[in-house]
Amino acid sequence: MWKYANPRLFLDLAEKLLPWFAGLTVLLFAVGLYISLIGSPPDYQQGDSVRIMYVHVPAAWMALFCYVFMASASVVGLVWRHALADLAAKSTAPIGACFTFLALFSGSFWGKPMWGDWWVWDARVTSVLILFFLYLGYIALWETIEDHARAARAAAVLAIVGVIMVPIIKFSVDWWETLHQPASVLRFDGPTIHASLLWPLFTMALAFTFFFFTVLLIRMRTEIIQQRIRALRLAAIEE
Amino acid sequence: MNLLQAIILRDLRIAYRQGSSAMLGVGFFALVVTMVPLGVGPERDVLLRIAPGILWIGAALSSLISLDRLFHADAEDGSLDLLLSLPLPLELVVLAKTIAHWISSILPLILISPFLAMMLGLPADAIGGLAIALLIGSPAFSLLGAIGAALTINTRRGGLLLTILVLPLYIPTLIFGVQSVGAGPGAGTDAITANLMLLTAITLISAVLSAWSAAAALRINAN
Repeated sequence: MWKYANPRLFLDLAEKLLPWFAGLTVLLFAVGLYISLIGSPPDYQQGDSVRIMYVHVPAAWMALFCYVFMASASVVGLVWRHALADLAAKSTAPIGACFTFLALFSGSFWGKPMWGDWWVWDARVTSVLILFFLYLGYIALWETIEDHARAARAAAVLAIVGVIMVPIIKFSVDWWETLHQPASVLRFDGPTIHASLLWPLFTMALAFTFFFFTVLLIRMRTEIIQQRIRALRLAAIEE
Repeated sequence: MNLLQAIILRDLRIAYRQGSSAMLGVGFFALVVTMVPLGVGPERDVLLRIAPGILWIGAALSSLISLDRLFHADAEDGSLDLLLSLPLPLELVVLAKTIAHWISSILPLILISPFLAMMLGLPADAIGGLAIALLIGSPAFSLLGAIGAALTINTRRGGLLLTILVLPLYIPTLIFGVQSVGAGPGAGTDAITANLMLLTAITLISAVLSAWSAAAALRINAN
């Protein structure tokens, strides 16, 4: 981990990893989209609209995964002053916000035929919406503090506070009222949905994960290059 | 302990001598509550149903007004640097300032809340419950708000950013606060007690979280 705090080495590594990640993403999406949209059977109750699940559920998983990833990177950045961890956290936030938005958006399209409404004030929907606002606040804090190092550390504190609050918000909203179905894949007594729907779901989740890491590498690379350009400009002005 | 007391008294004195800030908060609170019946219509049973929610949201929003100044005023006149160099953990300084904030800007709201609740038609026992719930839950507003205030002391238009950072964190307090009022005769005492306990837990968690993270943010933002 320490070796790659050096931006040069990280850029080399990113250069090597990117084609693999991008290739895997394309492959997994091709397979995943085929088996989820064409290869898998329609649900006996929901018909073809169950296929929204293959986008909705992985997006919702990634929304949470990104937040936890961002907060972990923030801890590493705050405690060990790891410069790349700061960049990783910063670069994760917009991707996570997009996944969150996608989960809400696709959920809305799934909710219309199933629940009869575009939007319901249900526990899960509401807590994901709050997660979206947490992402926006994090991004806004980065934008408003000019000094990079200071912005990184302040944003890290916010991300850590957020990750402690997320379960509290989730449970508080859970006890409020609920319509969304309970967890049906990650349960102690095994998944309650049929294997023919589960495989496409996992393939799509994997595709989303590799998509995330591909975009993350590209964003981090861009950040490093941007910093270098800024440093060069400053040097040019001083001369 | 003496230092803590001194910080609390200093902040209270400043709030008192500036005069306007506490009264502004109360005025804002009363106005927010007044706007709602004008917005949703004066039907008795509608107001009764939403009254706890209005009062809690009003208290949450009013607490934000003065939070903007919590550390900002000290950062401007340089006293923040003195607070940072006190022989006292910064975490305790943050707690002291938060306590002062709660006394000077939220306690007055709680004091007038029974009157506003009466105007909205809440029955007498619900008004008592509301005041107790506010007393237990509202310190979380000051505490969580202190995190946002500490994070935004150096930013331009920090007040606006503060609301975006802090309001999502207020949500658990709001939910359990409104539920513990019971919203009418249907709710049993057990449910109310359970909600009050959860509210207490949230305030205590916020105290720990706020002391640590607001102090960390102040150290980061101090020049």
